[in-house]
Amino acid sequence: MRDAFTFDAVAVRTEGYSLPGLKGPWAASGPPERVSALAVEAREIFLRLARPRGILEDISPEAFAAVYRGEGLNEPRTPVDEISTRAGRLALFVVTLGEEVSGEIARLFESRDFALGYVLDGLASESADRTAGLAARRYLDSLIALGEAREDWAALNYSPGYCGWHISGQRRLFDRLKPEEIRVRLNESFLMRPLKSVSGVIAAGGKEIHDFSDTFEFCSECEGHGCRQRIVSLGAARGSEREQWRS
Amino acid sequence: MEILSHIRETLLQGDDDGVRDLTRTALAAGLTARTVLDEGLVAGMGAVGEKFKCHDIFLPEVLLAARAMYAGMDVLQPLLAGEGVPALGKVVIGTVQGDLHDIGKNLVGIMLKGAGFEVIDLGHDVSPEKFVEAAERERAGVIGLSALLTTTMPVMGKVVEAVRSRGLAGSVRVIIGGAPVSEQFARQIGADSYGYDAASAVERVRALLKGP
Repeated sequence: MRDAFTFDAVAVRTEGYSLPGLKGPWAASGPPERVSALAVEAREIFLRLARPRGILEDISPEAFAAVYRGEGLNEPRTPVDEISTRAGRLALFVVTLGEEVSGEIARLFESRDFALGYVLDGLASESADRTAGLAARRYLDSLIALGEAREDWAALNYSPGYCGWHISGQRRLFDRLKPEEIRVRLNESFLMRPLKSVSGVIAAGGKEIHDFSDTFEFCSECEGHGCRQRIVSLGAARGSEREQWRS
Repeated sequence: MEILSHIRETLLQGDDDGVRDLTRTALAAGLTARTVLDEGLVAGMGAVGEKFKCHDIFLPEVLLAARAMYAGMDVLQPLLAGEGVPALGKVVIGTVQGDLHDIGKNLVGIMLKGAGFEVIDLGHDVSPEKFVEAAERERAGVIGLSALLTTTMPVMGKVVEAVRSRGLAGSVRVIIGGAPVSEQFARQIGADSYGYDAASAVERVRALLKGP
């Protein structure tokens, strides 16, 4: 299965609340009015400029093992290594928000609209992650529709550059998936253009395949431990989110 | 002076039109550009930096204040040149070769300017040679390097080497920053300093330019 798709910008856009300054210690009252106004404006710009799209393709565990090995720079043990062998199905993916949002962020900084540029940048990063999550959901729904996955499976996305999977792993991923079709390129430093893009593998299977302890050596250097939240939230609000994306 | 305190407060509110107008008013009242700069704009940004450090305000508010400071600087700049007022020091900044991430580097540049430094921003994807050439040409005391990728971190070491091989190690200091780098990495590549965030980068640059 190879699937190129677009998402509605409304579906992928987040509120930007993970940004320092928007999620401050003012849980009840919310951020100061001028900061809230920035968030509102950034969300409007995002809706106007974001062009979320993606591509995904099934890959066998054997073929993925070769992609995953990449340039041989991964940590000896990683969650992806373990999860990919437990998964029922795997797919490589790349998603992007397009060049326009990144261009606008640069323009805002050049015109000294630093605060708005900063908020839009954070919002776009969050939204790119959300786009990747929606791609994973899309993949699982396709499998379920084809009768190749069970309703109680969960699909999560994992990316090079995180959790011991070296960022250079993107080279083989790009060689195989060829996301140039959706106008995403990789430079010599393994940096994607447009900047607000996410690549990786989607692992689909029983929820338990995604469970792991954050006790790998590199976990001690991780500030967010976002894996915990992802594992805990598996299976939440699936129906409503599914309705938000469209082909 | 009340007008200077008013400038500082208006700057803290991120009111760029207000700061521009008050700067003009202060000059019209006979204050020198230097006084307005030091006791109004730079002092105001200093207060902003303190509040940021104490988590009283967050980055979006710092950046609103920075924009207001720039509005005041636009008014002062021609006069400062006429008065021959030197900046605190000159800093060449950029994101290293292969890396296109600008935001962190931009934030450091904004904070440095707010603290009174002259900043030469080379942009992103900057080669070690360009950093060194710019530092020599501009007679900068510090080169600030930013990277967001583990794959581009090694370029920082190449800049340090280029500074040394050009015989500039005594006169040009190198400070590094960015998500994947650390104090330890800075020591490892022989950089002179490491900035954890934009605010600490300003403090470290100030210390570097003061000397040991």
